[in-house]
Amino acid sequence: MADLSCEIAGVKSPNPFWLASAPPTDKEYNVVRAFKAGWGGVVWKTLGEDPPIVNTTSRYGAMGFNGARMAGFNNIELITDRPLEVNLREIKQVKRDWPDRAMVVSLMVPCEEENWRSILARVEETDADAVELNFGCPHGMSERGMGAAVGQVPEYIEMVTRWCKSHTRMPVFVKLTPNVTNILAPARAAKAGGADAVSLINTINSIMSIDLDQMAPTPTVNGKGSHGGYCGPAVKPIAMHMVGEIARDPDCAGLPISAIGGISTWRDAAEFITLNAGSVQVCTAAMHRGFKIVDDMIDGLSNWMDDKGYKGLDDFRGAAVPNVTDWQYLDINYELIAKIDQDLCIKCGLCHIACEDTSHQAIAKLRADGERRYEVIDKECVGCNLCMHVCPVDDCITMVEVDNGKPYMNWTEDPRNPMNRQAAE
Amino acid sequence: MTTSPDIEPGRLSAEDYDRNFADVHPPLDRKSALIDASRCYFCHDAPCIEACPTGIDIPSFIRKISTDNVRGAAIDILKENIMGGACARVCPTEVLCEQACVRTAQENKPVRIGLLQRYATDHLMADGGHPFERAPASGKRIAVVGGGPAGLACAHRLSMLGHEATVFETRPKAGGLNEFGIAAYKVPDNFAQREVDFILELGGIELRLGQTLGLNLNLPDLRREYDAVFLGIGQAGVRKLGLAGEELQGVHNAVDFIEGLRQAQDLSRLSVGRRIVVIGGGNTAIDIAVQTKRLGAEDVTLVYRRGPEAMSATGHEQEFAQVNGVRIRHWAQPAGLIGEDGRIAAVEFEYTELDSAGRLSGTGERFRLEADMVFKAIGQAFIASPVQSGTADLLEIADGRIAVDEEGRTSLPDVWAGGDCVAGEDLTVQAVQDGKVAAHAIDRFLRD
Repeated sequence: MADLSCEIAGVKSPNPFWLASAPPTDKEYNVVRAFKAGWGGVVWKTLGEDPPIVNTTSRYGAMGFNGARMAGFNNIELITDRPLEVNLREIKQVKRDWPDRAMVVSLMVPCEEENWRSILARVEETDADAVELNFGCPHGMSERGMGAAVGQVPEYIEMVTRWCKSHTRMPVFVKLTPNVTNILAPARAAKAGGADAVSLINTINSIMSIDLDQMAPTPTVNGKGSHGGYCGPAVKPIAMHMVGEIARDPDCAGLPISAIGGISTWRDAAEFITLNAGSVQVCTAAMHRGFKIVDDMIDGLSNWMDDKGYKGLDDFRGAAVPNVTDWQYLDINYELIAKIDQDLCIKCGLCHIACEDTSHQAIAKLRADGERRYEVIDKECVGCNLCMHVCPVDDCITMVEVDNGKPYMNWTEDPRNPMNRQAAE
Repeated sequence: MTTSPDIEPGRLSAEDYDRNFADVHPPLDRKSALIDASRCYFCHDAPCIEACPTGIDIPSFIRKISTDNVRGAAIDILKENIMGGACARVCPTEVLCEQACVRTAQENKPVRIGLLQRYATDHLMADGGHPFERAPASGKRIAVVGGGPAGLACAHRLSMLGHEATVFETRPKAGGLNEFGIAAYKVPDNFAQREVDFILELGGIELRLGQTLGLNLNLPDLRREYDAVFLGIGQAGVRKLGLAGEELQGVHNAVDFIEGLRQAQDLSRLSVGRRIVVIGGGNTAIDIAVQTKRLGAEDVTLVYRRGPEAMSATGHEQEFAQVNGVRIRHWAQPAGLIGEDGRIAAVEFEYTELDSAGRLSGTGERFRLEADMVFKAIGQAFIASPVQSGTADLLEIADGRIAVDEEGRTSLPDVWAGGDCVAGEDLTVQAVQDGKVAAHAIDRFLRD
């Protein structure tokens, strides 16, 4: 049985599965249920200054795909709408009752040093393990100069992080917004400000859909909608990219990452950990199916680690980072072509039409004795993988390496690269 | 073994009749339709299209269902098969589109194309209105003899192409076997007539009832009065067992009984035996067996002279009969009808086997099944005399049916035929295709 215990920026938890700052962590009742279900930690839903904010009704939008609900999800909720005192009292009680679980408190106050100093002092009294600065909330709060309005300005991130570090003994996590052109600028700013870790991604600016009867965005509030924060399984690739960029950035070296973004299963978690995530934070998957999903996350990850011979998370943490590179360093000489297993083929023709209409005309449509037959035209195949992806049968189309005898050569070395012409000797 | 016949009406409660003759495959709701539609791979050069006699673009209509473009889906279906609603209910999809579905190859669980087709066509018919328009009038008039699927499909397509069609039908209603022959629970709620009305809504089609070829109608007159003729007259004859006693009370042609059942206003007034024997192996045999069981017969045995794979009823239909409590006995042929006081009392069967040359022969061993009612369902036959009466220009007959080319043209240059009166699968969907193909051929003929 693998050891799933987790430590990130000095915060310990029995497993890396935390609930992200969001509705599931808004109050004691929910968090206790989560801990009973086995979650390793929570980031308490963002606290702000009193008076508490007010939410709209109609708060969530969802995008289904091909019958699956909530492939993408969004919300227009703001931070906690309960009084600060109530939240702090509950946080203290829960941490006392569940000392082995990670208790991180998310914070968002106006961009003045005194406001941050003041709330940090009150959070310290709860014995919480850490704070997470919410620089990511993309709607509502950002219109008031908080959340993403801070997170989109690296100088502000650095400044507020520095204030927080100087006013608390607690580790400081900085939660980053993905609504920027390059995630490295805010990540480096957080590090420069002394952040103990970064959490990412927060949600992505989004309109989920337009209600074609109301002619308004969803979720619709009395005939109008505003953009909200996009999350759920559909955002995972975007989150993975941003986590990967920070993980391989020399300037961010050593900066722990609490990964967030579409994590629904142990496999998603394992993938983020290979990109150097310390803990992983989950929200949409729990909101979709309840807290019990952590059961499979825990023993799925554990069983996989046992199969692979990993004793603890550190055994594979960051293992994929060295293989995340820039396009220019990929091996131009590497060659794959598609191969169709005719015994598995069910004759749907999707490989043919995808290649014929949209790619390289490398799959022939034949009739042999009246039977449909699809064959790869090897000399036309560029090894793009499209046919493999459209094929509905597992392992029917595989990409096979061609032994062309050519050595590794990347674009920087390629004589066809016009930027690579060497000066005449 | 003497027993008195036990043939009575009203064996069941009113609720039982309602339940037994309600929709055998209830329609899909939107949620189920979307789940099934999501299973379609949208194959290229899709095998299901090829397996559909009318060539409906099945992946296209299913994709439209998945985007809630249900009207678009229905039109995709109806433009190839104006009786797409009936075919969605009665087609043996398990040997047509759904057998060809690549999901059958992959996991032996096809997309339920028939039910999706019904979802789409029901939606359009419930919305009302007719989705097609007629081309500018050609001034040509075509006589369509027979108001079944072949005739109606032909008339509809001719009208769309701008011609005037007059449909001559023997019976007091159009619809053919959909109205008079198919099992009641496959087309409940007066569906066949609703579909006829839907087809006629296009306009340009005149329906004349009580018109029988060879009786008050003849081919030479039609050829004189109309620019072309389409014959969709089905098969009027029923095969006999060739045994003594077929005239005994209680011995029926299955098709006659089913016609009575389909037209009955009150099923509880329909008399049915307690012990039923059905002879035959096709869909009519299955339909009469199951319907008599559902009318309250206690003991229904279907006897077929060969094995299950030789039955023209599909495996799906055979299972359906068995699930309904029908006992199927294979490898036995009727050897005698045993009467008592002018009524059927039992049927004697002889066991059969294939001899070394592969021919069916009796083994000499026999058994008896007691019966109050016996239904003959060993096939129907085309009767040629009506189309040959009153003319010197004889229609050519081949293998007992009207000889036609690929487009349904007969040996007479201005006469086409299709449906069960020509060779081919005796299916509604094939009849519709025959009518459609002939209509296009007639159109070209009239415009040349």
